Amino acid sequence: MSVVSLNAGPKRGWKSVSTWIGAVIVGIAMFCALAAPWIVPYDPFAQDLGKRLVVPFWMEGGSTEHLLGTDQLGRDYLSRLIWGCRISMLIGVTVTVVSGLIGIAIGVLGGFIGGRVDDAVLFAITTRLSIPVVLVALAVVGLLGSSMTLLVLTLGLLLWDRFAVVARSTTMQVRNLDFVAAAWCAGCSRFRILTREVLPNIASHLVVVATLEVALAILLEAALSFLGLGVPPPLPSWGLMIAEAKDYMFFSPWVIVIPGVALFVLVLGINLLGDGLRDLFGARTDT
Amino acid sequence: MLSFLTRRLIVAFLVAATVMTLAFILTRLSGDLATSIAGPNATQADIDAIRKAYGLDRPVLTQFFDWVGRALTGDLGESYFFKARVSTLIAERMPVTLTLGLTGLVIALVVSLPLGILAAVRENTALDRCVQLVALLGQAMPSFWLGLILMIFLGLQLGWLPISGTGSWQHYVMPGIVLAFSAIPALTRLTRAGMIQAMGSDYIRTARAKGLSRASILLKHALRNAAIPVVAIAAVQLGFMLGGSIVIEQVFALHGVGYLAWESIGKNDFPVVQAVVLVLAVIYVALTMLADLMNAVLDPRLRGP
Repeated sequence: MSVVSLNAGPKRGWKSVSTWIGAVIVGIAMFCALAAPWIVPYDPFAQDLGKRLVVPFWMEGGSTEHLLGTDQLGRDYLSRLIWGCRISMLIGVTVTVVSGLIGIAIGVLGGFIGGRVDDAVLFAITTRLSIPVVLVALAVVGLLGSSMTLLVLTLGLLLWDRFAVVARSTTMQVRNLDFVAAAWCAGCSRFRILTREVLPNIASHLVVVATLEVALAILLEAALSFLGLGVPPPLPSWGLMIAEAKDYMFFSPWVIVIPGVALFVLVLGINLLGDGLRDLFGARTDT
Repeated sequence: MLSFLTRRLIVAFLVAATVMTLAFILTRLSGDLATSIAGPNATQADIDAIRKAYGLDRPVLTQFFDWVGRALTGDLGESYFFKARVSTLIAERMPVTLTLGLTGLVIALVVSLPLGILAAVRENTALDRCVQLVALLGQAMPSFWLGLILMIFLGLQLGWLPISGTGSWQHYVMPGIVLAFSAIPALTRLTRAGMIQAMGSDYIRTARAKGLSRASILLKHALRNAAIPVVAIAAVQLGFMLGGSIVIEQVFALHGVGYLAWESIGKNDFPVVQAVVLVLAVIYVALTMLADLMNAVLDPRLRGP
């Protein structure tokens, strides 16, 4: 197996700082996601109607009892935020696994075989790009009823385009390199060349795409949940928290600011990490 | 040029046909449509009546070819909920979505062209990094949340702009800004990359050697070449924006095509849903074709053999 770097570029100092910021944010989010059941201060589903819309600790009337306050049903906001992180990360990662499997298979096939197969792959990508993602995802969930599994499958089936584009173009580049020709001459099978020569060499590019796709999937999940056709309540998805708090936002803006900032910071962190990895690997993600 | 055009047209037609098939399958996913239209309290007789009235008792393939045949003549069927022709409904709502999309695109271009040029001219300086940071921030911004935050600040606290509805041009400013956010990162990066590439090319060196002013070199020679891909991507972005405006139309209660689709999904009004999917896809295909054509006209190398 030989690994080559396509378009390796120099890494700049400030880039590595932003990469570290991204890595720290993603690290914290991973920890929250995995340890959520043990670190939440309260049960995120337990309602306490006597303590509705308690303000966060830094505002007047707030206390350290509920650090981020409570929502309109008296549920602890910090606990729901941590639990929501678990849901965001779970959906982001599983959607990316589904879309990655589809996109990489399609892209590598088109790039490796070429000819008619590649024409078909290009056509599939063009068709996929013409389909309005949010609308179709909403329609599927609306018609079949909302559940996590359905949401993940729907988004996974819709978001494979960037994986396919990058897998296809990088496979084409690697296919024509000398060591692949050498492997052909040595009598390696197609399968062996694909798995031992091509895939290891395009893997770094795919990892970068994967990070960006996790971020995109998290944003889309939040938007769908916000519209009421994503994660079913009472699960505390950040998008759903914003939707449920919307009626109170003019009087207590913090109810939508907190989950929104969490969402923004998480997606920013993943993108910073992805950008850093791209520079590190010298990978290309442009479509 | 003609063969390029024909090839592009054939692909566009095939894509539209595929989307049409997918949209049809999509609305049949829920299994028995008559049951879901009739609602939970319907009797078997009601369901049978609905099935017959809407032609759902026919074989699926007959229904499909009937829909395709009618759609080709511009007849997108009848809405169950609105009791009106789907084509009329979409035509009524389209101006709102188009106004929103174009407002968003103009705002995005006005922001990202200068930012991209600035970043390219000052490549690898603090300014360049700031612009790239802005692009990253824009990419991470959840659009529906930005919409709500703008409503609180610009709408309620400062009182500058109306919060929702479609009464005047001011109503489109906030949704336009929110929609523009989704296109600004890509457009800025592309302008920056295009300008950097153009500034390093031979014809710019020639222009410099001739002693042209800096402004003339930047705006007349470099920008003109860097703008080709930007204009093309702007057309494609508009297509994405029209498809993505469903969330923003819902936030700001703009009664456009996205809002129509959103209402129809809730009401199981599948002729409207499948028609909106088809119309948005066709608009996207048309816009990408337009982008390809513009590219081919401006850059003959792209026309291919």
